[in-house]
Amino acid sequence: MKSNDVILQAVTKIVVFIILTLAVYLFFSGHNNPGGGFIGGLVLAAAVVLLILAFDVNTMQRALPFDFKVVGALGGFIVIATGFGSLLFDVPFLTQTMGEFDVPFFGEMEFSTVTIFEVGVALAVVGVVVTIILSISKDV
Amino acid sequence: MMNNMLVLPMVIPLLTGIFLIFIRRYIKLQKWISLSAMIVNAGISFYILNRIQSEGILRLDFGGWTPPFGILFVADSFSVLLVLTSSIVTILCLLFAFSSIGKAKENMFFYSFVNFLVAGVNGSFLTGDLFNLYVFFEVMLLASYVLVALGGEKRQLRESIKYVAINILSSWIFLVGIAYLYGTVGTLNMAHLSERIAEVGQTPLLTVISVLFMIVFSLKAGLFLYYWLPGSYGAPPPAVAALFGALLTKVGIYAMFRFFTLIFYHEPSITHTIIGILAGLTMIGGSIGAVAYKDIRQVVTYNVVIAVGFIFVGLAVATPAAIEGSIYYLIHDMIVKALLFLLAGTVILLTGTGRMDKMSGLIRNYPSLGWMFFIVMLSLAGVPPLSGFIGKVLVGQGAIESGHYVLLTLAFLSSIFVLYSLLRVFLNCFWGETIISEEDERPLKKGWVIPCVLLVLATIGLGLGAESIAVYVSDAANTLLNPEIYIDAVLND
Repeated sequence: MKSNDVILQAVTKIVVFIILTLAVYLFFSGHNNPGGGFIGGLVLAAAVVLLILAFDVNTMQRALPFDFKVVGALGGFIVIATGFGSLLFDVPFLTQTMGEFDVPFFGEMEFSTVTIFEVGVALAVVGVVVTIILSISKDV
Repeated sequence: MMNNMLVLPMVIPLLTGIFLIFIRRYIKLQKWISLSAMIVNAGISFYILNRIQSEGILRLDFGGWTPPFGILFVADSFSVLLVLTSSIVTILCLLFAFSSIGKAKENMFFYSFVNFLVAGVNGSFLTGDLFNLYVFFEVMLLASYVLVALGGEKRQLRESIKYVAINILSSWIFLVGIAYLYGTVGTLNMAHLSERIAEVGQTPLLTVISVLFMIVFSLKAGLFLYYWLPGSYGAPPPAVAALFGALLTKVGIYAMFRFFTLIFYHEPSITHTIIGILAGLTMIGGSIGAVAYKDIRQVVTYNVVIAVGFIFVGLAVATPAAIEGSIYYLIHDMIVKALLFLLAGTVILLTGTGRMDKMSGLIRNYPSLGWMFFIVMLSLAGVPPLSGFIGKVLVGQGAIESGHYVLLTLAFLSSIFVLYSLLRVFLNCFWGETIISEEDERPLKKGWVIPCVLLVLATIGLGLGAESIAVYVSDAANTLLNPEIYIDAVLND
């Protein structure tokens, strides 16, 4: 039976952007408030999963042509690489640092190396969650 | 003081494992990279071991957070000796895997998961924080779940379900134990735990919590709670089984030693007595298992169980000589169990069966294999020039000094059972009329023999050169028996 999912697909096209925005917001708010790479990554993965549900795996793979196993690995790699960064500066492993910079147009902004670490965490979470969902859906 | 080097034995395998995912298609490159990562690892741990001798216990506070607030790695002789041995054993198991594991598994990230496994094992040895220990246990276990099931044979899937179930249960108990301990004492740094428990005294409540941890580590180490072990160690391919037999139970043993010498050492009449009883029962059960089965996989895995019991005799006795003996025996056992599993695996690969009644006269077809099996048998039984001897003598000496005669008897009876069980394998499989004609003979690959030969050399070398590692072992035993050395290095530095 061919199911009619026009409504789901129409809603998804809008909702995905809301979810993605929330993911980015959560990711950056994690610096000083609840949120961070893990939560941000989970919400990002939720957006991808919604796309898979509303359309199907092949359509999603056409839109996002990544091997999600490699995405996860890339995340892990970034996480550990930031740890290794501290070896270059001769400070204990995983030491993080931050600084305030004057950015044109935006004004005073705070940058910290922990953000790179969090990017890695987010990518790892997205990669792992989507890989799990994809392998389960292939099994059925 | 900068000790970033301490993190490398854990991070190098982790990074290698992740990197190998990117080069999934280049199997040959994967082999070389993982092999060289392990060799570098071994070199680094040897360097750290020597630094400990001159500078005392080293520590690394992650992110600069000083203990007891942050997570840290602590390297004393005991942990680094185990890291070094596990690196060497992994090198040789990898060599064996190169020519035996097969394309299908290599394509499914086999080498990545071996690296993750080693990262978890080394992290467990090095960490100085209880929750971090839990995390590394999980890293190790997750990798091992994959390695048990990889290949997807019926037997593997059946055993992996049991293996996963029992380990999830024990991880849960571990977590509950950590929660209890944190609720009672308010810290998770191992040195700080030890200090606080020494201050308030080991109350009955704390002793109960310590027994909870004992259950967890017994499950992981195969101390009395070993019923899951023979099945799940017999299922995976030989190279993986050898890694498991050599490394996984040893992590449980390490954690148990650390806990009951550093943290819960105030009530030996309760905790150490229980350990002694469990060790005795383990040796009895393991001995019965080792002589009961006709499948060499079962015989070999029950030999792991006996060795676990034997090592814990040293902890139960807890005299300097016995602890030293246990450490010697632990190192010896990692090497020899890897060798035993590889040899048994080679026999199975060659004959296509694990049942001893279906094979005979292999020594005529493969003389080198037969003689190596003979040597490993003598080494496990504790015959003098080989590496098992010194550990057995020291544990025995400790048991006599402290009057643990029952354990002493059981320990040496179990050695006879080890000898008998392997002699049975030797007589059935290697002696007698050969049943393989020269045309049907499968060639013995170089890649299978070389790692075995190297391990044989290691057991002979460790036996003859016991003197050369005596410095490290006695330092390790000294640190285990004097917790204040460890505490000083972590907290008052």
